[in-house]
Amino acid sequence: MGAFGSYVQNIKDTVTTIFEGMAVTASHFVRRPYTVQYPDRMPVRVQDTLPFRYRGILEVDLEICTGCLACERACPIDCIVIACEKDPKTRAMTISQFDIDIAKCMYCGLCSEPCPTGSIHHTTEFEGADYSLESLIRRFVPEPVQAYKPKKGPETDPRIAPILNRGMRYINEFAQPGGEKPAEEEPEA
Amino acid sequence: MQTLIQNLIASGTFGRNPPYGLVAAIVEFVLGAVVFLGVALPFAGIVTWLERRVWARIQSRVGPNRVGPQGFLQWLADGIKGICKEDLIPAEADAPLFKLAPYLVMLAFILPWSVMPFSSSLILADLNVGILFFTAVTALTVVGVLMAGWSSNDKWSLIGGIRSAAQIVSYEIPAGLSIFPVVLMTGTLSMQGIIRAQGWSPQHWFLFANPFTFVAANILFISALAEGNRTPFDLPEAESELVAGFATEYSGMRYTFFFMAEWGNLFLVGALIVTLFLGGWRFPHMSNSPVVMNILELITFNVKVLAVVFLSMWIRGTLPRVRIDQLMTLCWKYFVPISFADMIGTAVWVAIWPDGNAFMGYLMFAAGVVIIAMFIRRVVFYARRSKMELYFHPTI
Repeated sequence: MGAFGSYVQNIKDTVTTIFEGMAVTASHFVRRPYTVQYPDRMPVRVQDTLPFRYRGILEVDLEICTGCLACERACPIDCIVIACEKDPKTRAMTISQFDIDIAKCMYCGLCSEPCPTGSIHHTTEFEGADYSLESLIRRFVPEPVQAYKPKKGPETDPRIAPILNRGMRYINEFAQPGGEKPAEEEPEA
Repeated sequence: MQTLIQNLIASGTFGRNPPYGLVAAIVEFVLGAVVFLGVALPFAGIVTWLERRVWARIQSRVGPNRVGPQGFLQWLADGIKGICKEDLIPAEADAPLFKLAPYLVMLAFILPWSVMPFSSSLILADLNVGILFFTAVTALTVVGVLMAGWSSNDKWSLIGGIRSAAQIVSYEIPAGLSIFPVVLMTGTLSMQGIIRAQGWSPQHWFLFANPFTFVAANILFISALAEGNRTPFDLPEAESELVAGFATEYSGMRYTFFFMAEWGNLFLVGALIVTLFLGGWRFPHMSNSPVVMNILELITFNVKVLAVVFLSMWIRGTLPRVRIDQLMTLCWKYFVPISFADMIGTAVWVAIWPDGNAFMGYLMFAAGVVIIAMFIRRVVFYARRSKMELYFHPTI
């Protein structure tokens, strides 16, 4: 191919490749965009699409908390502060303070593993932005409450039973991180 | 224009026997301000929003859709923000030149609107050298850009300014030569004269008049993109190499001015192509009322211009930036010789068929339809191959 031949070949290549390129981009005009319009224009909340074991902001179900302090001891950065007293006569535990500092928490999950009832657990909530560090401290005990006492046999109280079931399921899932025995699926999008 | 002024004088709006020059000056001033504030600035703004949406869809994104319906008011928010920001002048900069540069760029953007043929009567000044005026004043940009690059006292700005100057000056040549075939065929430089020489239907457009004008139209379009510093020729503002080129040191309102001119230039590119090759405002005669006809012509012109603007956005979303040597190769080794050959070819064509060749118009138009059909076939092929969910709605 002479000089003129390659000159014409260059023009031909330019025109045909631009033609193909424009066709590729034009095909994108009729494709649905990938964009997920978080947070307000979603068909389902993101929190509802996350897995059950997602490590979001910690939460305590005070109804089933035994006041055993296992979570406080397990926490490597001491972001959990619990205060509870045992009545020497009735041997009943009273929890007067249960604070978790979300600003310190590193979402390691070590607190929810030793919990005997699954009371302390991660939620799928992750939107923690706030205006001050103080407001990130979650106080779960507004006024002193009785700690939960595990019963022999299944729980009978209809108010506590579903909460306890959920807690036990949560623990079981943690015990089997491979997900060999998947519990019933959370509603997914 | 003259009839409007004479009507105003006769109706006594300005009192009895006003001096003609004064009335003319007032009318031109008011109309100029209306065209500038009512058409040019909003267009430059809206086109930024439109481009971001078009680009987003090409990249399977959504683009700005929060400010106003479908994000339509995004340009207003951006403009207000830009104007309110601090206007910073670097200590080492040449302050007077630094301040002047954006206004020169803006001037080069505003002046062509005076010969913009919106419809058969809506034109500020139908100069007999309209198209020459158009190309001459748009080339003023180079002064402002070079001034901005030099006065910023910054390496990026200087390199950006010089690149822009080299690019604009080089591409003036193929752009000017590509206007020539049309001038040869019509024998006039007036914008309205060129449009009146074409018909409303595609086979009477100069785009399809003969093979030479078709090539000339493409060269003019690409050269105009290069002159407007548009991708794939946006070397003066290549972010990866030059930060923002000649606009690096600018902020606030002056920066907004630069970019208003750059986006607004898209309309000028579109108007140039539409006037010369796509039949301008020509519309079939449907009504005897001049008002109705003018409105129809105005709509036709703007739709055509927007189609060309859309094409340039689409090209921007498709092609990567060329290298500086490739840019110069394209101009001097390809466009200049081809447009010279084009000019001679058109001259021979006009010598053989002084009144044009009607058969060639139909043939070229048919060829254009075939090319578009082939293109749509490829688009369908790629859309199918991607195996993605199809979504035909322009909004999301």
